[in-house]
Amino acid sequence: MDAVSLTEVTQRFGDVTALDHVSVSFGERRITGLVGRNGAGKSTLLELVSGRARARLGSVTVHGKNPYEDRAVLSQVCAVTESQPYPKSFRVSTVLTCAGLLHPQWDISTAHDLVDLFDLRRQQKVSQLSRGQRSALGVVVALASRAPVTVLDEPYVGLDAVARRQFYDRLLEEFVAHPRTVILSSHLIDEVAHLLDHVVVIAHGRVVLDAATESVRDGILELTGPSVLLDEYAARLTVLSRADLGGLTRAIVRGARADEAAARGLRVAHLPFQEAVLALSSGPSRGSGVGTADSP
Amino acid sequence: MVSHMTNEPGNQGNGLTPLFLVIAQGIEAGILDGSFPEGSQVPSTNELAVFHRINPATAAKGVAHLATDGTIYKRRGIGMFVAEGARAQLLKRREQQFEQHFVAPLAAEADLLGISPDRVLELVSASLTATRKEAAWTPSPSPR
Repeated sequence: MDAVSLTEVTQRFGDVTALDHVSVSFGERRITGLVGRNGAGKSTLLELVSGRARARLGSVTVHGKNPYEDRAVLSQVCAVTESQPYPKSFRVSTVLTCAGLLHPQWDISTAHDLVDLFDLRRQQKVSQLSRGQRSALGVVVALASRAPVTVLDEPYVGLDAVARRQFYDRLLEEFVAHPRTVILSSHLIDEVAHLLDHVVVIAHGRVVLDAATESVRDGILELTGPSVLLDEYAARLTVLSRADLGGLTRAIVRGARADEAAARGLRVAHLPFQEAVLALSSGPSRGSGVGTADSP
Repeated sequence: MVSHMTNEPGNQGNGLTPLFLVIAQGIEAGILDGSFPEGSQVPSTNELAVFHRINPATAAKGVAHLATDGTIYKRRGIGMFVAEGARAQLLKRREQQFEQHFVAPLAAEADLLGISPDRVLELVSASLTATRKEAAWTPSPSPR
């Protein structure tokens, strides 16, 4: 059921704890969003999943095997990162050829299609690519790999809104046609929210939210109304944040039901997904751990 | 970009409707306006996902919702089809919702403001006339 699992993983770099007792799973054939601020530990987690680093404490498995040690499993994983370190002397066509050799499910026609979509020139050298073009090349590799586990770490840096939209559309089309496990780390939560089955939020090296996308949306509401009414209703709920204006209160609440709150005369609003995620990841429901310094 | 749900077709605009219901309502709207006639095949989960740019699981949930209340039904191995009589049933349900969501609040607000029943009828009637005139000027009304 779970394609990727981390169990009690702690990863330290000197006195910086990048991951702190992280246990989390990524469901098979799902698109999971990995969300967190810079330095939260996203990239460290994804490096472990893609076998680019070894877990010092705890265990990481992909399809039940350790990706750092098992070459067969590694061929099932395709990971592209924000700063894709393709050799500078490579041409676009060389990168595609290498990717084809690394990934058994590589689909050359998808690759050609995407190269044209993103206006990449096959003869161009990696060193001459702009930031956005390098990101586009990463996206081409990730999508055309058809790897059963596809990891995209902030894949859109330098891509404009149109290119990002093209990327999301093609990601969905590929996912629908060839379902696979996708882990997508992103800052642009609202942009990707509709694509996700599941969202994992990490902050200061800890998992602070691991939930179905829909439950995030339904589970968190912004209520506004007379303080007396609101306090009465919210007494048995988790109040993540509140603001008062005289006798008027606005609160972000977890566990409220829209119909109940409305029946009590409170105004109810859903938060944009990004704000709901932020509220859930910074509110009192969070673990007591106060993070150490941000990792590099 | 896609912020919240306001860009979604058939959204009631209150932002409170879960996304899978928005998808279900979109198909219902298609049945009502004749885009999906009774007996015709409705788009597959995958087609809906790509069209609306949403996760296929969400699209599947919307489709399942309509199947549960009998608006659409499954033909094994082929896909989902609009049930016979689905349109009439939808219209009936929508009329009930109209009463509940529009007429009842209208009456309550009129009462609060002390507007007489006759005056309410007069206002509604004038508004209806204006809407119909406007509709008559537009050759092909936009779905939005």
